[in-house]
Amino acid sequence: MSAFANILIGGVFHAAVLFLVAAGLQLVFGVQKIINLACGSFYALGAYFGITSLAFAAQLGIPGWMMLPILLLSGLVLGFIGPPIERLLRPIYGRDESLHLLLTFALVLMFEDVIRFVWGPNPRSVDSGYLVYGTISFGDFAVPVYNFLVIAAAIMVAAALGTFLQRTNYGRLLRATAENRGMAEALGVDVRRMYATVFTAGVVLGTTGGALIVPTAAASLDMAIEFVIQAFAVVVIGGLGSMRGALIGALIVGLIGAVSIATYPELEILATYAIVISVLLLRPFGLFGRRPA
Amino acid sequence: MRQSKSIVIVAVGAGALAIFPLVLPPYYAVLMIPFFGYSIALLGFNLLFGYGGLLSFGHAMFIGFGAYGAAIMTGILGVKQFEIVLLAIVLGSMVVSLPIGLLCVRYVGIFFGMLTLAFGMLFHSFLFKFYHLTGGDSGMRIVRTKILGLDLSGYNKIELLAGPFYYYCLALLLVAGFIMWRIVHSPFGLHLQAIRDNMRKAEYLGVHIRAVRLAAFIISAGFGALGGAVLGFRIGLADPELVYWPQSGQLVFMAVLGGFSNFFGPIVGAFVFTLLQDQLQSLTQYWRFVLGAILAVLVIAWPGGLAALGENLARRLWRTLAVR
Repeated sequence: MSAFANILIGGVFHAAVLFLVAAGLQLVFGVQKIINLACGSFYALGAYFGITSLAFAAQLGIPGWMMLPILLLSGLVLGFIGPPIERLLRPIYGRDESLHLLLTFALVLMFEDVIRFVWGPNPRSVDSGYLVYGTISFGDFAVPVYNFLVIAAAIMVAAALGTFLQRTNYGRLLRATAENRGMAEALGVDVRRMYATVFTAGVVLGTTGGALIVPTAAASLDMAIEFVIQAFAVVVIGGLGSMRGALIGALIVGLIGAVSIATYPELEILATYAIVISVLLLRPFGLFGRRPA
Repeated sequence: MRQSKSIVIVAVGAGALAIFPLVLPPYYAVLMIPFFGYSIALLGFNLLFGYGGLLSFGHAMFIGFGAYGAAIMTGILGVKQFEIVLLAIVLGSMVVSLPIGLLCVRYVGIFFGMLTLAFGMLFHSFLFKFYHLTGGDSGMRIVRTKILGLDLSGYNKIELLAGPFYYYCLALLLVAGFIMWRIVHSPFGLHLQAIRDNMRKAEYLGVHIRAVRLAAFIISAGFGALGGAVLGFRIGLADPELVYWPQSGQLVFMAVLGGFSNFFGPIVGAFVFTLLQDQLQSLTQYWRFVLGAILAVLVIAWPGGLAALGENLARRLWRTLAVR
């Protein structure tokens, strides 16, 4: 029983982080119709920057329990790279999808070296702080409270995004633009500005997701592309462009990952992609996706 | 006209490559072996991308089929003739890629790219994690074999690579290039291009879209494996590094650099990339950044690549001459 709970909580924690990054991917794809291979690079950047922020905060003598706010803030701060990158993507809007993949792949290459340049080639991690919020024990095993805080944060982001997209005026404009860019533009929506905003939001979701895993795992150069693979699995299972899909997809991928790590770690990617392949065979546009018109 | 121009290009290119090891130090000749390997793999890659409009982000998997296939054939089964090894891995790779292709060619664009990337990662993680089968991160040894029935064990490695094996690879590239030239100019090749340009219309005209794409995928896998065998032979090892995603990215890069809309573009791209990477790596450890920046500029400003640039220059030169 307790082993089951352990896997469940581990899986949901992983799903929470996956959801943040995948939500960024979905938002950018939904509105800008660009699939962003570099979302994993934002995630990696967030993780490295989170480590630096924590070290900096420790130097300033900020108490340990401020860890979560500091990490969230460091994810937000990295949003400043959003607008210039969006500017770079502008020439390829509406052009062939392979150009999107190529250009964002170029970004992946560049980010990898930026991280190598700033933080060096070796994996980095924070050595303390994971247990700063204490643990909750379930019989014979204990879960750090931090995991629950991250899960709560992801649920809050999901709720906030949902409310924003469904209930606010800007959210409606966003959905209208996603539906028909030309018409939205004709009706006076400043689409350029909106694209910059949406892309920045996507970046922030990615960097925040990366920053939040820092206390639990090391940051390494490989994490960018490994995460893209998982985030893409989430998006395909859930359906491209669907927020609800991202949520369900993240839960599926996160839980499968946790189960296979606990039972047979070699099969983690294999199990995830077995699901992806079966979803593609049974529902080619994902669980919540729409058939492109 | 077009054909005769191409023959001139091939003759000049092959001639230059044949003189290459005679005038330059062996270092550069050995450097060219990966160029041959990548060029052969790129012929297949570009059948999918340039002619079929399908961008594969997992082509390193096919390279892996070739390298690991060669390791199994030479190391475990003890096959002594390189030609038999090549034939077997090409056929084997085509068979294995059939089920993968069946799934992948149902999609285009993003989905095709990401699915092929996923399969590539899957294969890489299989190689990496199933240590007892594949040797994990230390790879599998590829034993040196007879080439064209000749026993070459008298040569040391550099002599072999810069000498006989260099010319062997050049010949291999010429043969592979000729086969691919025939494929893209056959009715099948035209079907593939028709599907790329207008799928709906091609379907109305009776083209079997999935079947044609699947065939292209399988042929592409065969060329990829052939290139992979050459790459593996050079290091004497089937290494999971060969199958990791940066390899796939590198192939994409070469094709875009040279120009994927030209038959010879990817080969030019592979040539320039090989020299560029060699120079950059000796200059700075941040060569990926430079390559990424070049790729970004190419995609935004210059999607035709070097081949389009060359064509442009040639046309201008021709016009200037004609005016006089």
